[in-house]
Amino acid sequence: MFDALSDKFTGIFDGLRRRGALSEGDVTEALREVRLAMLDADVALPVVKDFVARVRERAIGAEVLSAVSPGQQVAKIVNDALVEALGGAGAVPLNLAAVPPVPILMVGLQGSGKTTTSGKLALRLTSREKRRVLLASLDTQRPAAQLQLAQLAERAGVASLPIVAGQSPVQIARRAMEAGRREGFDVVILDTAGRLSIDQALMNEVREIREATSPVETLLVVDAMTGQDAVQTAQAFNDALGVTGIVLTRMDGDARGGAALSMRHVTGAPIKFSGSGEKIDALEEFHPERVAGRILGLGDIAGLVERASETIDQDEAEKLARRMMRGQFTLEDYAAQLRQISKMGSISSILGMLPGMGQMKQKIEDANIDTTVFKRQQAIICSMTMKERRAPEIIKASRKKRIAAGSGTSVQEINKLLKQFDDMATMMKRMGKLGQKGLMRQGIGALMPRGMGQQRPRGY
Amino acid sequence: MALGFLSRLKQGLSRSTQKLTEGLGAALTRRKLDDAALAELEDVLVAADLGPAVAGRVIASFRRSRFGDEVTQAEVRQALAGEIASILQPVARPMLLDPARRPHVVLVVGVNGTGKTTTIGKLALHYMAEGKRPVLVAGDTFRAAAVEQLQVWGERTGAPVISGPPNADAAGLAFDALTRAAVEDADVLLIDTAGRLHNKSALMEELQKIIRVLRKKDPAAPHSVLLVLDATTGQNAVQQVRVFKELVEVTGLVVTKLDGSARGGIVVALAEAFGLPIHAVGVGEQAGDLRPFDAGEFASGLVGQV
Ligand SMILES: Nc1nc2c(ncn2[C@@H]2O[C@H](COP(=O)(O)OP(=O)(O)OP(=O)(O)O)[C@@H](O)[C@H]2O)c(=O)[nH]1
Ligand SMILES: [Mg+2]
Repeated sequence: MFDALSDKFTGIFDGLRRRGALSEGDVTEALREVRLAMLDADVALPVVKDFVARVRERAIGAEVLSAVSPGQQVAKIVNDALVEALGGAGAVPLNLAAVPPVPILMVGLQGSGKTTTSGKLALRLTSREKRRVLLASLDTQRPAAQLQLAQLAERAGVASLPIVAGQSPVQIARRAMEAGRREGFDVVILDTAGRLSIDQALMNEVREIREATSPVETLLVVDAMTGQDAVQTAQAFNDALGVTGIVLTRMDGDARGGAALSMRHVTGAPIKFSGSGEKIDALEEFHPERVAGRILGLGDIAGLVERASETIDQDEAEKLARRMMRGQFTLEDYAAQLRQISKMGSISSILGMLPGMGQMKQKIEDANIDTTVFKRQQAIICSMTMKERRAPEIIKASRKKRIAAGSGTSVQEINKLLKQFDDMATMMKRMGKLGQKGLMRQGIGALMPRGMGQQRPRGY
Repeated sequence: MALGFLSRLKQGLSRSTQKLTEGLGAALTRRKLDDAALAELEDVLVAADLGPAVAGRVIASFRRSRFGDEVTQAEVRQALAGEIASILQPVARPMLLDPARRPHVVLVVGVNGTGKTTTIGKLALHYMAEGKRPVLVAGDTFRAAAVEQLQVWGERTGAPVISGPPNADAAGLAFDALTRAAVEDADVLLIDTAGRLHNKSALMEELQKIIRVLRKKDPAAPHSVLLVLDATTGQNAVQQVRVFKELVEVTGLVVTKLDGSARGGIVVALAEAFGLPIHAVGVGEQAGDLRPFDAGEFASGLVGQV
């Protein structure tokens, strides 16, 4: 797990192959890398400074265990400190220990994902914890916001407060709590309008809502892509309302998610959930270890594996691997492989999830590799006849012209594809002899650093 | 009205840079621009979301011209603003409608919740005020109540809204809308789309399909592809722009929520990396809260000169 970060440190520690305590100089250099990684991951500057200072204290003078290198030692100290700062092991559950109906107040900036998260939370409490949940939208600000929550509630099979036009958010909140009491709901989720932390009028309004309903949980909903502003927002909402938990949304994106640490640092509140998709059940408990890896640029192996298994067709991948090993790889197989690759999204976003690939990713992006090439190659193969795909050696000049016209490409491109395919097929025959492990497994797997073997997904 | 609007913008911008200004004030109580002062300035830029690399470059180039100078606070701000403005100047370009296009087709894209629908409402008001005839297309057929949301903007601005049944195919809807708008001789067709994360290839393909289908009707469509970015976004904005640009040929950016405490410094990194025009900024939730992007004003705002 710490390979990537400690690799960065190895240069620093090269002249330091001795046992003993870590010196101040060693640690300072290593922490410069950590600082950069964290800033790139959008951890807010004051939080980075504080974190680095604390790690420095812990690291200087720490004994380097005989089993590890100094680089690994520092990497481990950093990682442990980060996991701890993100909340340590184990998720913190929602606090529902109060006289029902238990009010949960959802707050945050515009567009952070409050409404979707409200729906997800309602579904989760209903299906997993068997609670009767009432959803109420207090968003009178954004056009059709109340309707949005009502429709989400319907999809989730959860009750929602009937919409009454002309009521103020505080009035709706009171009505929701009354309905909750009268109709015997266990939980009332109050979804509020997005507001800027510096909008005094709207911050006062949400304070009033809080006073009127005394929520047991006040959840601050934050977009994982948030930058340095995370500290201002967290501070203002916490000062005004006393945040009891944080929900990090859009973790299915490729942002490194440093806002998690900023928010947690400023509010001291635990991160209770993370949102991982647009589907109504895409709400998960928060995993500090995973996010720590993302923030440090070590990648999110678990996330990659999940995404790969979502998008890659296992059966097809295994079939392909078998054919390759037998040296039966055809253009059709190649097209299938291209389809799988394009399904997984742009190369760079995949690499970003792999440990130690941060730099490689940058290189690829700098080299401006054109992923549309895959699409064009697929188009070329699509324009071939079955026979041509199985026996590409029959593709001569006139066939090439036809294929080029059919796929909107050029004869040169077709030549290039055929040459590339030929090289691949030769290589595969050779590698097929390697046997057992399977070629496709080595594809992405070979990119992974040592020690990741067990976590490698089957089939590619 | 115009004045109220301008002062609202200034208020928004100055609020968004207040913290930065304070930071600068603290950074420059000493008079000599030495290493320590430059390091503090760099921190100020990092805290404004320029990112460590870009902030480092801006300060390095600043150092070359000013190192060791005895400077006042105002001088430093002005010089640093000038440095940043020169990066932003080339991208401060309005979105021009081609009057020969009947209609000029604008596809509005971006990740979830950045402000696409609101921006369309604002643009609609802007064109109506210019006496043009905008038509809005409720191309977000996915999110709950997205159609109704755009319809409210249609009512508020007086612009007609074309919508289909829930879960309709967005590409088909866009095609029909373009056909209708052409018959009705509209000036501009503003197509809303569902928010999507740039790393979801299936969703990005959907956008490509909208474009492909539009081109069956008008091979040059869409004439503009607007990517809407949220100013609170950090370094991930670079990846967003890179992928949307590569896959759907984004022609320009709109940066929203600059009325908040986020400073939007990432646009400096974006200007350096991509050079895409920044057409406008959003400074509030109302229809009138859209402004052209002004490099000087923005840069001065960043370093606290509003
Ligand atoms: N303060 C402020 N809020 C804004 C601005 N632009 C949009 N918003 C708010 O941001 C929220 C999201 O805006 P939408 O227009 O619905 O965003 P969208 O990109 O269409 O969202 P999806 O369609 O759900 O992806 C709403 O609450 C808007 O009122 C702005 O410039 N300033
Ligand atoms: Mg929308």
